[in-house]
Amino acid sequence: MNFDYNEEQQLLADSVRRFLAKDYDFETRRRIVASDAGWSAEAWATLAEMGVTGLPLPAEFGGFGGGAVDLMGVMEAFGEALLVEPYLATMLAARLVARAGNEAQKKALLPRVVEGRLRLALAHGERGARYNLAQVKTEAKAAAGGWELSGEKVVVLGAPLAERLVVSARSAKGVSLFLVERSAARLKTYRTLDQMRASDVALKSVRVGADALLGREGEALALIEEATDFATALVCAEAVGAMKFACDTTLDYLKTRKQFGVPIGTFQALQHRMVDMYVAYEQAKSMACVACSKVDHAADVRERQLAVSAAKIKISDNCRHISQESVQLHGGMGMAEELKVSHAFRRLTMIAQQFGDAEHHLARFAALDRVAA
Amino acid sequence: MDLNYSQEELAFRDEVRGWLNANLPQDLRDKVASYGELTREDLLCWHRILAKKGWVAPAWPKEWGGTGWNVVQRYIFEEELGYVGSPQLIPFGLAMCGPVLLRFGGEAQKKRFLPRIYNGDDFWCQGYSEPGSGSDLASLKTKALREGNEYVVNGQKIWTTLGQYADWIFCLVRTDSNMAKKQEGISFLLIDMKSPGITVRPLILMDGGHEVNEVFFEDVRVPAENLVYEENKGWTVAKYLLGHERMGTGRIGASKRELARLKAFAARQPGDDGGPLLEDPRFRDKLTRVEVELMALEITNLRFLDQMRRTGQPPGADVSMLKIKGTEIQQSLTELAMQAVGPLAQPFKAVGAPGEFDAFTAGLAPRYCNFRKTTIYAGSNEIQRNIISKMTLGL
Repeated sequence: MNFDYNEEQQLLADSVRRFLAKDYDFETRRRIVASDAGWSAEAWATLAEMGVTGLPLPAEFGGFGGGAVDLMGVMEAFGEALLVEPYLATMLAARLVARAGNEAQKKALLPRVVEGRLRLALAHGERGARYNLAQVKTEAKAAAGGWELSGEKVVVLGAPLAERLVVSARSAKGVSLFLVERSAARLKTYRTLDQMRASDVALKSVRVGADALLGREGEALALIEEATDFATALVCAEAVGAMKFACDTTLDYLKTRKQFGVPIGTFQALQHRMVDMYVAYEQAKSMACVACSKVDHAADVRERQLAVSAAKIKISDNCRHISQESVQLHGGMGMAEELKVSHAFRRLTMIAQQFGDAEHHLARFAALDRVAA
Repeated sequence: MDLNYSQEELAFRDEVRGWLNANLPQDLRDKVASYGELTREDLLCWHRILAKKGWVAPAWPKEWGGTGWNVVQRYIFEEELGYVGSPQLIPFGLAMCGPVLLRFGGEAQKKRFLPRIYNGDDFWCQGYSEPGSGSDLASLKTKALREGNEYVVNGQKIWTTLGQYADWIFCLVRTDSNMAKKQEGISFLLIDMKSPGITVRPLILMDGGHEVNEVFFEDVRVPAENLVYEENKGWTVAKYLLGHERMGTGRIGASKRELARLKAFAARQPGDDGGPLLEDPRFRDKLTRVEVELMALEITNLRFLDQMRRTGQPPGADVSMLKIKGTEIQQSLTELAMQAVGPLAQPFKAVGAPGEFDAFTAGLAPRYCNFRKTTIYAGSNEIQRNIISKMTLGL
């Protein structure tokens, strides 16, 4: 048992943190968010140079074959900086390509992802499905020389920034994955509350070739579940970084803001709430370790799912706790758009509901636990 | 990072688990499982079994009987102790007075007291709190005046856990009332409970149990050689001890055991719809949230231990976090166990012949009552927050 990042993990996290501190400060982020594109090609190129875009991808396609634990420190750094780049979206979809794709598909896509020249997005969620990964109504029909896809996907994170979409659709054999050019779909694009880009994706009798099928027909659900658990573990680590920022900046505020002639951090009513935020952060960090470690090393699917759900329950609860308290302890300033803490609030609020809220994971945990008993 | 135990650590755990299971007497196991009251002999019996094996004080230096285990092994051992359902090792000698003597005691004191603590020859209790000095411990008033080779002690201690069983008490006493700061002028004194002038009066708690006492001192004469460390420097000793005291309050192994029992128990209890209570989503969600909090605490604890192992630094204010979370979890578990039996939580004590009275079920509500103590003792959780606020956050 050990809790250290190894030297490589630590070095990478440190250099990512240095880069973000220098070139991705709050003002820069604000400009990126306000730009038409809504992301930074420069930042993306730097992340690719640092090896971050290739970290969890297979070595034979230029990646480093890393796991969730290898990415923890990086995701924490992203969380602290409130990075808005479509990193998680791309890695989630790329994982499906790496796990389900044939050699030709992998060779065509993965090296370009590693090099930072290609972004991907997973178009899976549908209206009315809530967090149920198995509910897919988008249809896949065999058509001459390939497939025809029809349906609608909602809140596809990173879709407008992706060249290629990984789309889930149902045929008689079950749920399958297909590679679809983004330009073949109709996108309704928006900014999310936490300043990322996403789209609702309409597929109207979109024709793709036989080589667009990713993996075997009807067997994608377990892969989607695995990739979603992986992404959930990463977003847990990202949440820990955003929590750290929220705690640190609130602590600073308590030490500098004066009322009644003294720093408000001298008031015990506020001290104890600050302590509880700090405790919540440490507990969340522990569960992010659990999620990442088990995504990499679980003995079986059930163990992985239990760990990820347990972690997401805690992360979701503590996202709410820390974000709400950080705003409350800042008083009116915590509400202000101009302070980064209000943006951390928005990110933490969304993470609490991304890939399943606490209630969803409570239900999944209980169901898995019942199987064991 | 690897959260799994190594092969060696797993082998160690299996060895510990196997031995504990084989050597925990059945009557003690049953008593603990039914939340029965443990006598002095029960407590000492288990202590002596572990002492004979050489496992009763793993953290002590090897020359005094320690095992030489690293922090992770010690954690595994403590967790297994809790998990097997053994009587709690009373910490006053092993985890409090012992470490104080090892750190601050003279050679003669070590030779005189440590082996007897180790072997369970003496039963110790703690004389800290006073009626007017709870969280504000340094305001304590029990006086010890030097007369020749003796101190003469007058005053009162309160909340003295298991004082009715004790042979010895370690006390914080005021040896100088004229110091500028209240933390100065305090000394750490070892007092024989059989000394003339000591009276122990039971304080019965709301669960009906006799666990704590008031201890009165009236002209109690204590040999000066029983002073630990320097006169008027007892606060240094007290602070060291409080850190040690909190280290053991997480009680993660015991909570894991209680959680597993509660799950099994709730699966057999009927919910309102006649199905198992465990399947009731409202009950189940509460239970899972406690389970997750406990998982997180275990990892947090291990992260701190790992940090200690790497840096060689003693635990800082972070142990206060373990105390806060560990005790909140213990309380939640007792509350859910009581809630699990619904209206049957009300029967308390049989009147007349016991008959078919279900002592286990009747024990759940008193246990809930009893565990309110955990967020109060060893520095209330509010005091723990003060400590983190000051030491870790710099507020």
